[in-house]
Amino acid sequence: MKKVLKTYPDKCIACHVCESACANLYFRIDDPERSCIRITETAKLPEMNVCNQCETCVAACPTLALTITPQGVVMVTKKLCIGCYMCVAICPTGSMQTYHGGMHPFKCIACGVCTKSCPVEAIRIVQE
Amino acid sequence: MEHKMRKVLAEFSYALKPIEKGYNRRSLYINLGDRVIKEKPVTDLMIDKFVGGKGFDLYLMWHGVKDDTKWDSPENELCIAFGPLCGNTSYPGSGKSIVTTISPLTGIPVDCNVGGHFGPYTKFSGFDALELQGKSDEEVIVYIDGDKGVVKILSADDQEINSHIFAERLIEEFAEGPDKFQFVSVVSSGEAANSALITCLNFSFWDKRRKVARLKQAGRGGTGRVFRDKKIKALVVKYSGLKVDTNNSVDLETLQKTGLKLHKEIEAGDATQCHMREIGTAHLMEIMNDYDLLPIRNFKYGQKPEAITLASWEFKKLFTQGMADGCWYGCSLSCCKAVDGFLPRSGPYKGQPVCVDGPEYETAAGCGSNLCIWDPKDVVELNFYCDTYGIDTISFGTSVAFCMECYEYGILDKEKTGGLDLTWGNAEATFEIIHQMARGEGFGKIVGLGVRRMKAIFADQYGADPKLLQDIGMEAKGLEYSQYMSKESLAQQGGYTLALKGPQHDEAWLIFMDMVNNRIPTFEDKAEALHYFPMFRTWFGLQGLCKLPWNDIEPANNAETDEPAKVPEHVQNYVDIYKAITGKPLDKHELIRQSERVYNFQKVFCMRMGGGRRIDDMPPYRAVGPVTEEEYLSRQERYDKQLTEKIGIDPTGKSTSEKMAIMREHREDQYRQLVDSVYRRKGWTPDGFPTVEHLKSIGMDLPEVLEVIQRYTK
Ligand code: SF4
Ligand code: SF4
Ligand code: SF4
Repeated sequence: MKKVLKTYPDKCIACHVCESACANLYFRIDDPERSCIRITETAKLPEMNVCNQCETCVAACPTLALTITPQGVVMVTKKLCIGCYMCVAICPTGSMQTYHGGMHPFKCIACGVCTKSCPVEAIRIVQE
Repeated sequence: MEHKMRKVLAEFSYALKPIEKGYNRRSLYINLGDRVIKEKPVTDLMIDKFVGGKGFDLYLMWHGVKDDTKWDSPENELCIAFGPLCGNTSYPGSGKSIVTTISPLTGIPVDCNVGGHFGPYTKFSGFDALELQGKSDEEVIVYIDGDKGVVKILSADDQEINSHIFAERLIEEFAEGPDKFQFVSVVSSGEAANSALITCLNFSFWDKRRKVARLKQAGRGGTGRVFRDKKIKALVVKYSGLKVDTNNSVDLETLQKTGLKLHKEIEAGDATQCHMREIGTAHLMEIMNDYDLLPIRNFKYGQKPEAITLASWEFKKLFTQGMADGCWYGCSLSCCKAVDGFLPRSGPYKGQPVCVDGPEYETAAGCGSNLCIWDPKDVVELNFYCDTYGIDTISFGTSVAFCMECYEYGILDKEKTGGLDLTWGNAEATFEIIHQMARGEGFGKIVGLGVRRMKAIFADQYGADPKLLQDIGMEAKGLEYSQYMSKESLAQQGGYTLALKGPQHDEAWLIFMDMVNNRIPTFEDKAEALHYFPMFRTWFGLQGLCKLPWNDIEPANNAETDEPAKVPEHVQNYVDIYKAITGKPLDKHELIRQSERVYNFQKVFCMRMGGGRRIDDMPPYRAVGPVTEEEYLSRQERYDKQLTEKIGIDPTGKSTSEKMAIMREHREDQYRQLVDSVYRRKGWTPDGFPTVEHLKSIGMDLPEVLEVIQRYTK
């Protein structure tokens, strides 16, 4: 069983509240560039990008800074990370994030803080 | 448990300081003889004219040796330097060290570019270069503790010095526990370096996934022999503070952005381009065979149906896949393949599971096809023993191939080889040679001297025809050829023989551009390529970079650019990351000039040591054309056509030997014309000496350089 954040783009109203909640929790700053979840407005449904804990990045990390919790969540250990961004390049969904001036990548750890802030339940934590 | 059994023979403390824009601005000098350890300033002149890496090595060596210094003179130096870009974790291929010394094989400076963690860790410990001089009177280990700022010379009565065991033991001894193994790196050689000249240095990196010490080689020119002659058993460095910003770049963001762009390109393109992440450089095996360029039977042939048994997919079956296989952090090209749990069937480690790094293309061709050894496992075994004994796989393969051909001609026989049957493909006999080389006895000891010395021995002691030996002995300047069959590419012949250290393809690899794609048809075109590529590739050695991420992966639109062979987008990446790290201005032209200064300095250094002349740039005929009738006949159609079309001679009615003589005269003349063109383009005289005007124009008219030039041109 894997803990993942599941997205429902048909419900999403692109209010970006989840991005604020995530960035505030992770970096104590209200900046969408620091959010693990990314909402992009398009002509059709909004695109909701978030890590699906597929583990592809784990094998790419040269320092073993990426590990998997018993719930199947991929974590970055900053102490071990040397900021090479190999995991960023290899992520098939583009969900390993970086920000302007940052030294380490960051990603969704399925903590669920965004789900609590979403007014329309367009994101949910599920066990896969 | 740190070095508790070891006596401290000398100790030196230094102040730990952060790096500034890629430089420490000091180097570490160690004299093994009088046990002096000190730091030396890296001056502005060094940075401006010599840049770093190989440039610093050569500068330090120049001032350390005398005109008559031999490889085993106490004042000969072994220098290891790193370069301003070395050690960054953002751009693939940034962890190389450059090793230089006066080579036992050539008598002139040799330079090797090597991966592993020793270089970056020593740099981050506080030094831009390491200079080892003098000879110790007892066996020692040099230990750099980059966490505390202490350098020590320690006693070393260790019995086991073969690298796969020794490197691991030292990592265990010097690391502060198993979770810290990756912070220690070891440089060692092996038993063969006690007497053989074709020996190398192993630079370790701790593989966290496999939990073994992996080894990368500073392979060419006998670095291992110099190391052991100084009675150094190992160099050990410990550095635990590596972070993304340890190199203190001026613009980390641009560096990371440029690195990420390349990571993504590798991710998208490697699986359809060179397959480096799957099989490393061994992907070249089938390609070279297809194009008639794979060395077979001492470079006699370039193609054989049997070679398919050494195709990369056969090696892939032996490799352990799916791991981050970079020789430094952040190299997503990850070419360092390994065979885990390999069981050697010969020698002292018979039946013991070992991890073998590689084989890379050079090893697979040198120890495989060139000897007609067609079982990939035999190649892996030779690879393992070469590495752990500290033998250069390239020189080993070329030297054994030479012996096998001499055996075929009856120059050697069982009596002379001490019972070894050196028929083509005899893996058992080849294993025995390598073990004898390690023990410093028997015929193996003679092979360990390399091709040039063997030629003299076979002529003097066995009465062999020196002319034949010269034709088939694949060495120039004393260094054995690396593994490309250059006969059908004039530009590659030049790429090999004009290389300053001796025939190694790391200055210019033009086979495809020249022969396959016919993009450099005239002498001027070839000369231009033989100017640009050696200069461009020299730059990697100044910076501490690996060459593979430059053109072993290409941007998707590279073929549409004006100069695809240069990979313009990647050249721009290098300009960008240089500026991002050092904060200094650079463009693609100044990049070439940086190299030109050091390249010409190295050329004059060769002259100072008695080399660097036109005669030193002459290849054995085997590298140029068919030496034997069977060789001619194997490509008769092609050669006959060349006689008609290129030379204007009708081959009908002519005997093979007549045709060969005409062919030889023509090819040797072509080579001479090529050399003339290349010297002109490089700003050198017809004798191969840089002109004073040229040295002035590139800013390398230093008094000590001009003094050597004057000696030669008087
Ligand atoms: S970050 Fe990307 S690669 Fe890593 S687990 Fe998440 S989706 Fe997969
Ligand atoms: S950026 Fe950090 S987490 Fe990602 S691969 Fe590199 S070391 Fe591992
Ligand atoms: S391409 Fe290969 S040799 Fe070069 S740095 Fe990367 S892993 Fe090392």
